[in-house]
Amino acid sequence: MRAWTDERVERVIGTLLRWGVILAAAVVLAGGVMYLARYGSTIPDYRVFRGEPSDLRNVSGIVTDAVSWRSRGLIMFGLLLLIATPMARVAFSVVAFALQRDRTYVMVTLIVLAALLYGLTRAGP
Amino acid sequence: MTTLEFSLLVWLGSLAAGFLGSLTGLGGGVVIVPLLALRFGVDIRYAIGASLVSVIATSSGAAAAYVKEGYSNLRIGMFLEIATTIGALAGAFLAAWMSSSAVAVIFGVVLFYSAYLSNRSRPERPEAARPDPLATFLRMDSTYPTADGPQSYRVHNVPGGFGLMFVAGALSGLLGIGSGAVKVLAMDQVMRIPFKVSTTTSNFMIGVTAAASAGVYLSRGYIDPVLAMPVMLGVLAGSMLGARVLFGAKSRILRIVFSLIILALGVELIYNGLTGRL
Repeated sequence: MRAWTDERVERVIGTLLRWGVILAAAVVLAGGVMYLARYGSTIPDYRVFRGEPSDLRNVSGIVTDAVSWRSRGLIMFGLLLLIATPMARVAFSVVAFALQRDRTYVMVTLIVLAALLYGLTRAGP
Repeated sequence: MTTLEFSLLVWLGSLAAGFLGSLTGLGGGVVIVPLLALRFGVDIRYAIGASLVSVIATSSGAAAAYVKEGYSNLRIGMFLEIATTIGALAGAFLAAWMSSSAVAVIFGVVLFYSAYLSNRSRPERPEAARPDPLATFLRMDSTYPTADGPQSYRVHNVPGGFGLMFVAGALSGLLGIGSGAVKVLAMDQVMRIPFKVSTTTSNFMIGVTAAASAGVYLSRGYIDPVLAMPVMLGVLAGSMLGARVLFGAKSRILRIVFSLIILALGVELIYNGLTGRL
């Protein structure tokens, strides 16, 4: 097995990020087309802030909506994939630094990962 | 205006913002929020949520290209991301407490400052005598490719850069922008990292920073899928297009024009914020 040099780690990360974005954009586009085909002729209103319904505010709610092919849930699932892409990058870095036996940077990366997960799962009102 | 027409117009506006942002290096995120809030009458919190999502998309989409060039520094980026992600969480929490008017005024001031930062000439710093022992401990010193082979560089003032990165993260979380200008300032000027390394590492960090605050915005219900969809797809397509266009003599004129647009939007945001129209 080849060694996990910084350069190789960064190349894998670059590829990971690109595919994450392509996948996320495809899901968002599919959900968007579905939504506009159905509700395209309605009048939008973003002037008044209401906040999203509770099922679109957490990971399990979004996944439930997406697998039942609800268009807003599907777009949200794509956006969730997009947010998960940099997170996957950080998670992969934890593994890469562990393989390099670099304890300092395993710690550094774990702190960043914890901050990201906290934002997504523990920050609701 | 129907949802279909609205989505198409927002998509076109985001396409232009992404294109100009990537061509001039100023980033598309800075104009998305004013565009949505001032021209499309969108509540500023929805606008910030949609903008954050587009910032993640452009940063991650461009990363693969930057990695190939071999400039970005994984260790510097990862260490400083502690500051930017925690700053981003702080900024996102702060956004929930602040009024739309206050956010608009701060946004206007930051627009002014970004336009200033991107247009001034960078002062050359003489090489400092002593490198930062913290940088040595964190193994940040590295090399970057030049025409004459790899050039080594040393990293200075890690605590100063770390502090400024916290501010960059907080601005990103509060305003839904990438804060690329402040990130580059921290690395290029405070830590004296070569400019190319600073800009590419900054691009890497933007996605992670924005993901931290996007999580908070999502769980607070600030990200509307139907609004975020055309913004994300438009900015992503625009910035990919912008990266393919050759940089020439025209990029300087474009940068001035784009800076003037940013300044005008800044004035309008501050005015509307102060008069309570947002």
